[in-house]
Amino acid sequence: MNKSPDASNLDSVFSLSERSKLGEVLRSQEFWIVVAVLIIGAVVGMIAPRFLTGANMANILQNFCFTALMGIGMTPVFMTGGIDISVGSTLGLTGVLLGLFCASGYPFAVVVLFVLLVGALVGIVNGALVSYLKLPPFIVTLGMMSLVRSQTLVVTNNQVVYDFGRAGDTLLALGSGSFLGVPNVLWAVIVSAVVMQWLLSMTKWGRYVRAIGGNENAARLSGIPVDRVKVSTYALLGAMTGMTAIFLVGWMGAATNALGQGQELQVIAATVIGGANLLGGFGTSFGAVIGSVLIEVIRNALLLAGVNPFWQGTFVGLFILFAVLLERFRSTRA
Amino acid sequence: MSLLELKNISRQFGAIHAVEDVSFKIEPGEIVGLMGDNGAGKSTLVKMIAGNFPASSGKMVFDGKEVEFSQPSDARRAGIEIVYQDLALCDNLSAAANVFLGREIMRSVGPFKFLDHRKMRERAAELFRELQSETRPRDVVKRMSGGQRQAVAIARTRLADAKLVLMDEPTAAISVRQVAEVLALIKRLKERGVAVILISHRMPDVFGVCERIMVLRRGHLVANKLASTSSPEEITALIVGAKAAA
Repeated sequence: MNKSPDASNLDSVFSLSERSKLGEVLRSQEFWIVVAVLIIGAVVGMIAPRFLTGANMANILQNFCFTALMGIGMTPVFMTGGIDISVGSTLGLTGVLLGLFCASGYPFAVVVLFVLLVGALVGIVNGALVSYLKLPPFIVTLGMMSLVRSQTLVVTNNQVVYDFGRAGDTLLALGSGSFLGVPNVLWAVIVSAVVMQWLLSMTKWGRYVRAIGGNENAARLSGIPVDRVKVSTYALLGAMTGMTAIFLVGWMGAATNALGQGQELQVIAATVIGGANLLGGFGTSFGAVIGSVLIEVIRNALLLAGVNPFWQGTFVGLFILFAVLLERFRSTRA
Repeated sequence: MSLLELKNISRQFGAIHAVEDVSFKIEPGEIVGLMGDNGAGKSTLVKMIAGNFPASSGKMVFDGKEVEFSQPSDARRAGIEIVYQDLALCDNLSAAANVFLGREIMRSVGPFKFLDHRKMRERAAELFRELQSETRPRDVVKRMSGGQRQAVAIARTRLADAKLVLMDEPTAAISVRQVAEVLALIKRLKERGVAVILISHRMPDVFGVCERIMVLRRGHLVANKLASTSSPEEITALIVGAKAAA
């Protein structure tokens, strides 16, 4: 077509059906991970019938939540092209502080607020170092991971916190209770995922997060407050990690200083499997949730199928590689 | 009244005189080609107009007022938009999202404000239609041709209702067919009364759309004449210095 397009010609271009909703779903990473979860479930269900029992399902639905909550927080960080490997340590610190503050008799609401603030503060420090000092996020959060874990040991003096004082009842009820038959923590995941997705797709903040991951320079030239937005993603992740600590400690009934050790890798794996791109620009909170489900299903299934638990890492690792390959395949074809 | 007037503008970087004593006028709706070899001072000149850095000396009058831009947003507010060579688009976002990046249309429900995707798509579609570009607002920029990307970048300037658009090598890295598309876009801007300064190395493009051609050599403006009274041969001679001035 070498003639200049006239108006009617343009109308026909504009009215061409844009990519169909179904095609969109089939092209999404999330869809294929859901398929993978269903296939694994069916196969394991045949080998070990106990897998499909209500009790085991409830078990899975409880266990995946902690990784999912943090994965939802990790998603916007990834989308701006960042990463935070200090979340496991932050989970530990906020967990023991939660215990210590409950034990010293503060009302539960105050403790919750405090824990969220501590988490956000760790995130703000990470974010500020990454955006204002332009340090690589991996190294910054590696340093923070060590620093925060060490502080966890310092404040507890290597003691396990299990006496939560008067606020303890509320804490334990929150962590192990349920509402309308659904565990409280699962409600937290559902609400967080919906709210986060809404923020990502319906607010300026979400648009800017995406834009920064796509082309940081272009975002800056368009007048977007790039540094502030980046800091906000780390702060939000920190606060969500604090929230995770509340549910996790409430569920376990104790806060050890090893709380959350290695958890950062699970969170990152879940987020990547769910389709968030480490180079930035892409990701959904639903992806992080389904990625966490997959990891928990693998763990649980291997256990029930009687496979040596040493093999867990192999399967999770294979899925990470598979997810990255799937993503590469999709982005080159799209 | 001229839209833009530069009076004896100079810029030094240490001992280097990047731009020296340049004066010219741009009329509303005029397309002017700015040519010159690498290092002749084109970028420096354009960056001063766009507010990236101030002139060392000289005066600039825009839209009847003497102006001194200390940052690009000052120039943008005055009505000067720049289309960057690398286009400064977000590949992962849709055409509409790119057009509205940093100036999103919001919808408020009660105390909450959120993105009005539909209004932005509709307005972007209007702009593309006005530019007669086959660009669909929903399409992701990553999958677009060079010409469509230019359309998105130019639509951004239309959104701001700029009076002067500075274009830095818009046809440098795209196919022949797309070059024609981009040149058509530039003419569309003119029809809307927008003045364009087109920086280009490509003689056919400059002679294809520009009414006037300015040539910079070693920081000096050595020619400023109507395209109809010149020729590619003459301009080439002016650029390389075979002809001193015209």
